[in-house]
Amino acid sequence: MRRVAVIGVGDTEFGELWDYSFRDLGIKAGLAAVADANISADKIDMLYVGNMSAGRFIDQEHIGALIADYAGLARDNIPATRVEAAGASGGLALRQGFMAVASGLHDIVVVGGAEKMTDVSDLESALIQSSAADQEWETVLGATFPALHALIARRHMHEHGTTREQLADVAVKNHKHGSLNPKAQFQREITRETVMGSPMVSSPLRVFDCAPSSDGAAAVVLCPLDQAKKYTEVPVEIVGSGQASDYLALHHRKDITTMEATKVAAQRAFTMANMMHKEVRVAEVHDNFTISEILAIEDLGFFAKGEGGKATEAGLTGLAGQVAVNTSGGLKARGDPIGATGLAQAVEIVTQLRGKAEKRQVKDATVGLTHNVGGTGATVVVHLFRRA
Amino acid sequence: MNVGIVSYGAYVPRYRITPEEIGKVWGVDGKAMSKGLMINCKSVPSPDEDTITISVEAARNMMRRCSVSPKDIGALYVGSESHPYAVKPSGTIVAEAIEAAPHLTVADFEFACKAGTAAIQTCMGMVGSGMIKYGVAIGADTSQGAPGDALEFSASAGGAAFLIGSEKMIARIEHTYSYTTDTPDFWRREGEMYPRHGGRFTGEPAYFKHVLNGGKGLMERAGTTAKNYTYAVFHQPNGKFPTRVAKQLGFGDVQIKTGLLAPVIGNTYCGAVPLGLSAILDEAKAGDRIFAVAYGSGAGSDAFDITVTDEIEKYSRSRAPTFTELNANLKFLDYATYAKFRGKILLGGE
Amino acid sequence: MASAPRFWRENPSRYNLVGFKCNNCGRHFFPTRAICPVCHRKSVGKIEKVKLRGEGKVFSFTEVQEGLEELALLKPYVVAMIELEEGAKVTGQIIDCEAADVKIGMPVKATMRKLGEEGPSGVIHYGYKFVPIKEKAP
Repeated sequence: MRRVAVIGVGDTEFGELWDYSFRDLGIKAGLAAVADANISADKIDMLYVGNMSAGRFIDQEHIGALIADYAGLARDNIPATRVEAAGASGGLALRQGFMAVASGLHDIVVVGGAEKMTDVSDLESALIQSSAADQEWETVLGATFPALHALIARRHMHEHGTTREQLADVAVKNHKHGSLNPKAQFQREITRETVMGSPMVSSPLRVFDCAPSSDGAAAVVLCPLDQAKKYTEVPVEIVGSGQASDYLALHHRKDITTMEATKVAAQRAFTMANMMHKEVRVAEVHDNFTISEILAIEDLGFFAKGEGGKATEAGLTGLAGQVAVNTSGGLKARGDPIGATGLAQAVEIVTQLRGKAEKRQVKDATVGLTHNVGGTGATVVVHLFRRA
Repeated sequence: MNVGIVSYGAYVPRYRITPEEIGKVWGVDGKAMSKGLMINCKSVPSPDEDTITISVEAARNMMRRCSVSPKDIGALYVGSESHPYAVKPSGTIVAEAIEAAPHLTVADFEFACKAGTAAIQTCMGMVGSGMIKYGVAIGADTSQGAPGDALEFSASAGGAAFLIGSEKMIARIEHTYSYTTDTPDFWRREGEMYPRHGGRFTGEPAYFKHVLNGGKGLMERAGTTAKNYTYAVFHQPNGKFPTRVAKQLGFGDVQIKTGLLAPVIGNTYCGAVPLGLSAILDEAKAGDRIFAVAYGSGAGSDAFDITVTDEIEKYSRSRAPTFTELNANLKFLDYATYAKFRGKILLGGE
Repeated sequence: MASAPRFWRENPSRYNLVGFKCNNCGRHFFPTRAICPVCHRKSVGKIEKVKLRGEGKVFSFTEVQEGLEELALLKPYVVAMIELEEGAKVTGQIIDCEAADVKIGMPVKATMRKLGEEGPSGVIHYGYKFVPIKEKAP
């Protein structure tokens, strides 16, 4: 297998972007990434696009072809593939790109992710997002996507003593980071009271425990490590890639307070990278709900099972903590345009490892991790990055 | 004919509302209504309940108490005036829910409040003629009264199911007699949400004429008088009518007490006599005789002469809730919640 | 919600909690599947359809405030993960109970209720919801 580097990154701001269509967003991020890599279109061999549900959000399928067309790459008839794994669509697209370069089949691969969520009503958006769960045996029975995560939260609180306040601390931390990120959807700091006083969504989770619906796109350009210096002064290598699945319905999982797919995907990534957990200084994890970040930091191996809440409360996952988690603001504050999220995480890690994260820079970060989840944990993709 | 009740089951939703609460909203003296109707509260179905779910629960309770295989059920009929579909039978869903499908005949019955008892008579004929081994007859409703109308104080929800057969009967139906005329005392046109009624016309020329004639006709054929019976149950649109008609037929308070449920659940329409009968069977002993007359507007009465058999001593009644157990764990609603539950509030367009 | 055939197909499982037992490993699963998720092809020919009894305990629960549109008249409503006595777990609503009274470990049993409908002129969908098991008076 060849070694793979990221040579360019690009993203849009995230938020309710009324003036931008799905195509506008995809192209904006893609162009930015390609410009960052200073690469010409005719050098691009392959395009992957992560997207969860353009078919339902904007009645548009065939996304690979659409983005290739609007990126001007249809001119060269490049192969373009749309990748879907609910919330993990972006991370999974990144993995497909990584595999394409690592296998030797392609040299320069652009991987983007985009989602346009605000062209439908809130109710419709919630229903579309719940299609990441088990339609027939969860959604039809009345379980919304937040309700499923609330079931996880309550069980985690019951088994491990995680508190309502510790859940709030995840949101507070991520909003703090978001306030340092000019592209974040929410740039306002909040307090525990903001979270715990916000309207209930599905007990115990409240509005501020849940990531927003967002529009946005992000993209990276990949190439073989041994060619990277042609395009960038600071190549960042993808040293590990791991993917795992688990039973789709939450009620089939062995232990709902653990996302087993996270543990396995992480193990696979760390094994490939020949690395230890403690080497990771900065991580972007999938905090679509505050409880999800607590599970993530436990299941990725940063903290013992049941200790995630305490670790967050103690500040161990802040910018100066043991491992800086969600320095971008995470899904919660930076925003969560579903198909784009996995790529936005990669953009943030690469930016951190390049030393370009400005006000939210983590000192001496040479190794970073991205963690992207589909559904309530039925797909997880983990990548490890190291400054080359 | 040697046919009767092999098993029975009942179900009443747990929500209630009082006439006082309804009266408050419409400027009516609810307390006086309550006294006049002899109704203390009426049952209200949850938004996720309907005649089908009530029928399923009653039928499942009926199956729990006996060891008859659902595959031996040859017919299933649901009588109601609030079938969820105007076209698509409630009975097929009930049949699937008790695993009686597919080798049986099903149809829905309508005859205002006596469709359930008409179903019992049909099952009797089918069992007695040897056409089927067992038949299920269900009377269930979630009927409505127009907001502010007198009927709103009494129209309620509930139902009971009877397994009719000729083996191991817990109660033999010795005689049945019906009295039927074309009398427009109460009706609902297709597409209308609420029924209409003839006010005082629903009394003497309707309810009383048909119940009295039905009752007297049954006694003639059975060669009995009121004193031969341990229990009596009549259609109960309120507590007053059955009490009065019972007296007119010679029955005393003790005989009608057990089957008189309207004071605590209101008028369950097709569920009325079936539920009253189920409450009687909850306590009846071998040898007890039961006199039952159901009434349906439009109009007609179905009368039954029933004798409880020895089999009731071996009957597994405790495998399903009795009426007393069903009438527990109640939740009383205010009018706003009741109106929301009953779909009386105009929701936004689709 | 969905189309008539899609719902109709699952009625045996939704009306009567028909799942299956893998006679290779002895485990119970719900709903039915072609093969046992643990034994894979070793379970072919050994899958036995089983009607689960519908009794179990609450494993986790939540009170849903922002829920599905078809449940608008019931909100807030309780959704729970129920561990059935046969070992299989299901997701469903808990009804006839105040949300504040729901506890992890509470015994419940299945009953049939309306799950939703495709509008006032559409097909009505029925399926399981759970009620607390009342303790019989001694």
